Amino acid sequence: MECQEEKPIIYTMENKPIVTCAGDQSLFTSLYTSLAQQLPREPMEWRRTYGRAPKMIHLEANFVQFKEELLPKEGNKALLTFPFLHIYWTDCCDTEVYKGSVKEDMMRWQNSLRAHGSADWVIIVVETNDNKKKNKTNILPRSSIVDKIRSDFCNKQNDRCVVLSDPLKDSSRSQESWNSLLLKLRTLLLMSFTKNLGRFEDDMRTLREKRTQPGWSFCEYFMVQEELAFVFEMLQQFEDALVQYDELDALFTQYVLNFGAGDTANWLGSFCAPVRNWSGLLLRRPIDMEKRDGIQRGEASLLDLRSYLFSRQCTLLIFLQRPWEVTQRALELLHNCVQELRLLEVSVLEGALDCWVFLSCLEVLHRIEGCCDQAQLAANCSHTVGLWAYATDKLKSLGELCGLVSEKGPTSEDLNRTVDLLAGLGDERPETVNSLQSPYKKLKEALSSVEAFERHYLELSHAAMEMYRAISRLRSARLVGKSLAEFYMRKGDPERAETFLQEALKSYVSEGWSLPVTHTRKQIAECQKLLSRTEDYLQTSALLAGDVNLTTEERKHFCQEILTFAGKSGDQSHKVTLSMGVFTQLTRLQFRPATASVHSGAVLQVELTLRCLMPVSVRIQQLAASIHFDLERGGTNGRSKGAQRQTNPGIVEFHQANPSAGPPSSSASPSLELDEIQDRSPSDNSLNSTGVVCKNTHLVMRRHDSNSPPDTPNCVSPPAVAMKEGAQMLQVQDVTLEPGNNSIVFTAPSGQPGTYTLRQLFATVGQVQFVLPHIYPSVQYEVYSQEPQLTVEPLSEPLLAGLPQMVKFTLLTGHYAVKKGDALQLSNTDTMPILPSTSCSARISNPAAELVAESALSIQSSEKVTSISLPPTPPYHTLEFQLEVLCVIPSGTERPANERLTNGEVRHRPRSYSHPDTPMTAIDQRMSIDCPWSIYSTLLALTFYIPFKTKHSLLSAGNRKYIQVCVQNVSDLNFTLAEVKLAEKQHVSLELQSLNTKTQQLLCSKHSVFCLWEVRWKDDLPSCLQCVFSADFSPVNQDVSAFKPFHYQFQLERVTTLYSVQAEIFPPAGEQHCRSGFLCGLEVSITRLTEPAEGEVAEDSKTDSDGLKTTKLMYEVADSSSNWAVCGKSSGMVSMPMAASATHKVQIEVMPLFAGHLPFPKIKVLKYLPHTAAVAIQPDPDSCVENDSLSLLDKTLDDQADTASIRSRGSVHSVGSGDQQQRGVAMPRLEPFSPGQVFNHSHTRQVLVLPSTDDHIMEVNAT
Amino acid sequence: MRLTARSRNTNMAVCIAVIAKENYPLYIRSVPTQNELKFHYTVHTSLDVVEEKISAVGKSLGDQRELYLGLLYPTEDYKLKPNILNWRTRYGYVTNSKVKFVIVVDSSNTSLRDNEIRSMFRKLHNSFTDVMCNPFHNPGDPIQSKAFDGIVSGMMVQTG
Repeated sequence: MECQEEKPIIYTMENKPIVTCAGDQSLFTSLYTSLAQQLPREPMEWRRTYGRAPKMIHLEANFVQFKEELLPKEGNKALLTFPFLHIYWTDCCDTEVYKGSVKEDMMRWQNSLRAHGSADWVIIVVETNDNKKKNKTNILPRSSIVDKIRSDFCNKQNDRCVVLSDPLKDSSRSQESWNSLLLKLRTLLLMSFTKNLGRFEDDMRTLREKRTQPGWSFCEYFMVQEELAFVFEMLQQFEDALVQYDELDALFTQYVLNFGAGDTANWLGSFCAPVRNWSGLLLRRPIDMEKRDGIQRGEASLLDLRSYLFSRQCTLLIFLQRPWEVTQRALELLHNCVQELRLLEVSVLEGALDCWVFLSCLEVLHRIEGCCDQAQLAANCSHTVGLWAYATDKLKSLGELCGLVSEKGPTSEDLNRTVDLLAGLGDERPETVNSLQSPYKKLKEALSSVEAFERHYLELSHAAMEMYRAISRLRSARLVGKSLAEFYMRKGDPERAETFLQEALKSYVSEGWSLPVTHTRKQIAECQKLLSRTEDYLQTSALLAGDVNLTTEERKHFCQEILTFAGKSGDQSHKVTLSMGVFTQLTRLQFRPATASVHSGAVLQVELTLRCLMPVSVRIQQLAASIHFDLERGGTNGRSKGAQRQTNPGIVEFHQANPSAGPPSSSASPSLELDEIQDRSPSDNSLNSTGVVCKNTHLVMRRHDSNSPPDTPNCVSPPAVAMKEGAQMLQVQDVTLEPGNNSIVFTAPSGQPGTYTLRQLFATVGQVQFVLPHIYPSVQYEVYSQEPQLTVEPLSEPLLAGLPQMVKFTLLTGHYAVKKGDALQLSNTDTMPILPSTSCSARISNPAAELVAESALSIQSSEKVTSISLPPTPPYHTLEFQLEVLCVIPSGTERPANERLTNGEVRHRPRSYSHPDTPMTAIDQRMSIDCPWSIYSTLLALTFYIPFKTKHSLLSAGNRKYIQVCVQNVSDLNFTLAEVKLAEKQHVSLELQSLNTKTQQLLCSKHSVFCLWEVRWKDDLPSCLQCVFSADFSPVNQDVSAFKPFHYQFQLERVTTLYSVQAEIFPPAGEQHCRSGFLCGLEVSITRLTEPAEGEVAEDSKTDSDGLKTTKLMYEVADSSSNWAVCGKSSGMVSMPMAASATHKVQIEVMPLFAGHLPFPKIKVLKYLPHTAAVAIQPDPDSCVENDSLSLLDKTLDDQADTASIRSRGSVHSVGSGDQQQRGVAMPRLEPFSPGQVFNHSHTRQVLVLPSTDDHIMEVNAT
Repeated sequence: MRLTARSRNTNMAVCIAVIAKENYPLYIRSVPTQNELKFHYTVHTSLDVVEEKISAVGKSLGDQRELYLGLLYPTEDYKLKPNILNWRTRYGYVTNSKVKFVIVVDSSNTSLRDNEIRSMFRKLHNSFTDVMCNPFHNPGDPIQSKAFDGIVSGMMVQTG
């Protein structure tokens, strides 16, 4: 048995619950080893109060000899030294001995226990066979001793006395008795724990509830609760132990916060004392007794308390294998302490906290490193990196405070401060005195000299950066880098600083953080200035000068930097080229004229809108745009290509991201740089293939990783730009760009025809040249050369034939300059004379359609040619004049002989045709013009429309003949018709008596006028009449002189009336009127009126068998309207004698089908041609029957070979097709008479038909 | 363990930032008297942790994504006087469309409960959704909404 000291050592956490042993010490000593070994072997379930989860614990115990002093006195809250169980050992088997001494000893033991209120005891009776054997004689049954003890002490608590049999023997019985003993001990221990800890906790809570009372002290309470924590720790219940500390932590935090909120607790006063020691955390000891004592005495400072608390938490967390929680808590702690000191308004020496934080960070890291291997550390960088970065940060600020960062080194004041700070560190702890790399040593060394500081600082910075990179916290790494850069700047090492700054800048730019961009760029500018990297510096300055995040003063400063450099009259060859985008942005480009296409030599203006980003106005010596010239191929007419495809003609808008600020647009990718390629055949230089090539495919086609930050579209540092020297350029000298939008107008070169592409833009300011390497989207303009062009177009649509019409001549001079004396020669034609006009003037206008000049035009007409002398006109102007022309309406069948024009070409006879769009008949009139610029004649066509349609018809009344002419106005104009005349050309004796009363007649649009003449003759009516209808017409409301003649020729054949047909209907016999349903008689009498003429005999007649000359006719009674039913023969043949007034009567029975005034049935008379007759012409029988209207013309004219003449129906019939003739030879056929040859007297006569008498139903038929 | 309930002011953000999916700021506002630039730097840096958390969340929970990322990390800022330290705590939140919200609170508000921060984020998210629903707002453009501004102002620390 170990003899315990009076005061148990609790430095090490190898404490175990104390169990006292009384009675036979030697007996216990013999059993101690196996007892101590076996007790923790099996776990026990510990059921706990307050609903806490039960736990399995392995119990251990520290067995000490019982002493009365060990028993806790009233009010002693110490738990660690609290004996949880008291054991009395005895192996007494002799009743006498028991009665003599053991019992008495036990009584004493019991009394002292009872005096201290301890009820956790057990009496163990050890029984060995040796003992039994030894005392065989006076042996009492073993049980009797136990029973005695039980009856003496264990009042109703029989389990408080345990028998251990043969403990040193290796028998099953001994093992069994051991097990039951151990179980008993464990149970009793746990019971004791539950009871005592429960009581303790209750006391503790009570104490805590008193915290609002004035005398309450946190430190006291701290000690109490920590006691509980110790016990849990002792029981290996680290989780529970940690909870105790966490509760203390939270309680304290709450008090500090309440203090901050104005709720002060008295005991906090001790924590408000100025901080004198900032030696950092100490985590190498399980328990920092120095600090603990301080707390116990109520002398600890806030940092002491926090340090101690954290060291305990750290220890427990490491026991719990949660080192990463330590780092996280450490960071929180450090933050928290700093915050709390502020809240408590504790005065701290400047830099002291930095020291404390720095040391603490490193201490935590060292502690963690001590319990983890390298692989674990590497895998958990994310937990430690915060501490590294924090330590770095603190060291930096310490360095700055102590003057270790400046170039000059520390001043004496700095040194004093350093000494003060080091004093607060105290002496190095004994634990680390021998280690080479303790935080204490590091800090001391770092603060000792500039070099050492630098070494340590860089080491830390790089470590932090490496770690950030390793866990891909690149932004954090860059921020550390930036801070490192600031350090280098202060050390006067801009070169190293710049790399870090550039890296950071790249990240800010790519993610579009404008404020950090501006700030970092400013730092870079400083670097570059120090490094005298002029070009970069100027570029950065330009960016900054245009940066809206800066104040105007700052921007002006950077702008001035550029201007100052530019103003230096240095070596002219050394020019600095900068990217244009940072200086000014091209926003808009406008062409004037908007087509961006001019003829060679014309003025083309290009207006650029530049948004100047500078804060002040900048004077530019030269602003120029280089041009790529492409010789135009193919046609010379530039206009056909037209302007570029733009919604807004002539204006190109340039969109670009603001390089200094603003989010990078998602679609931001490098713009395509396209070039045209052409592959030409080497032999004849003809084009084989052409195409477009993208020059920066490697940039455009690059895969965009969605995770990686977007590519940097707006260059961090501008790319080097090489100016391509173009032969031609747009340029202006000496312009001043004001901040904001500026408009600059260039005059573009337009000498040679071709395509001009704007490539680059550059602005020169003294030594500095700003270059825009590519103008995108590409901008081009065209210069073309044009042939002269003459067009003739009607002034008004449509052109009407027969009336004077104005036509407009337009001459685009193109590259040709019209000289004085140049004239257009128009070949005259009869069908379209050019009417001389006195007031003919020509207008000359420039390409912009502005009138330049107006001059009179002289027109000289000779027989063949009309010559128009043109006024002198410059190239690319438009000459316009108007001429009056008249298209003669072709009048009839006349066919003019082919004529030759003056120039030898075959004259194109104007041809009339009907146009689908208009009812008017159209005539194409061609003109041939000789122009001074060409040896070839220009042929032009005009389309005229005939405003009238004319029809004629022959009307008969017995032997009297009338001619009707219908003039239909198909145009849209209204006309006056006058002097309507009809003349016959061949027969003088013939008289045409006009039945038209009006001399002038209005002929409205789409209306017709009918004119009628009676034909009178003296001797004989000629069978064929050649008529000419003539009239004068003019548009309504025009002068008499405006009347123009209109002629219409036509021919009438077979005019004479040959037969008259008379029909009569007789009612049935005995009736006065016809009745429906009753047969009536129809008598048709056909009378020959004239002797047949000579030609007619040969044609029509046939010698009959009886020698009499007869003509065979066929009649037919047809009733198309179903009014009549023809009974019996409806048609038949009659032979008419060849004598005048020969009459033939035919009787036919017909029956009226309806009542009322019924028209007579139709009676048709046809010529019958027997098959032997040598008739050349036989039209189709069907058409013979139907074709009795005059509508034939329109139907067939289209197909006719010659439609110029409108001819009568007879002549139409005379044109037959060959196969019809062939067919006609074989069979007898019928031929209709021409209208007028047969006169029907009863045409349209009606007869009254009464209804049949027994008809009850009246049928009314309205037709 | 909290023993005393403190009357809490919910206006405690010192900086509120909305960051686009592509990590450029859509909106960033800080308490006017403070160093704006510093906030830009630190909000930007906090994206590291935001991204880390997003990827961690994405792996573990699959579709049921928790939008609230919790505390990102605390850092130290210098206030106007250089040796008085001021701790800031950043909280992160990410929408389903990977728009991130970062709220920086003054660490003196250590008693701030998690659910208070959550409700701030929810409010912010709702207002942000309203902004996005505006047919005249072009998604991806910086937020210039008065309503949103108002909501943010309500959450900011009121400094005279």
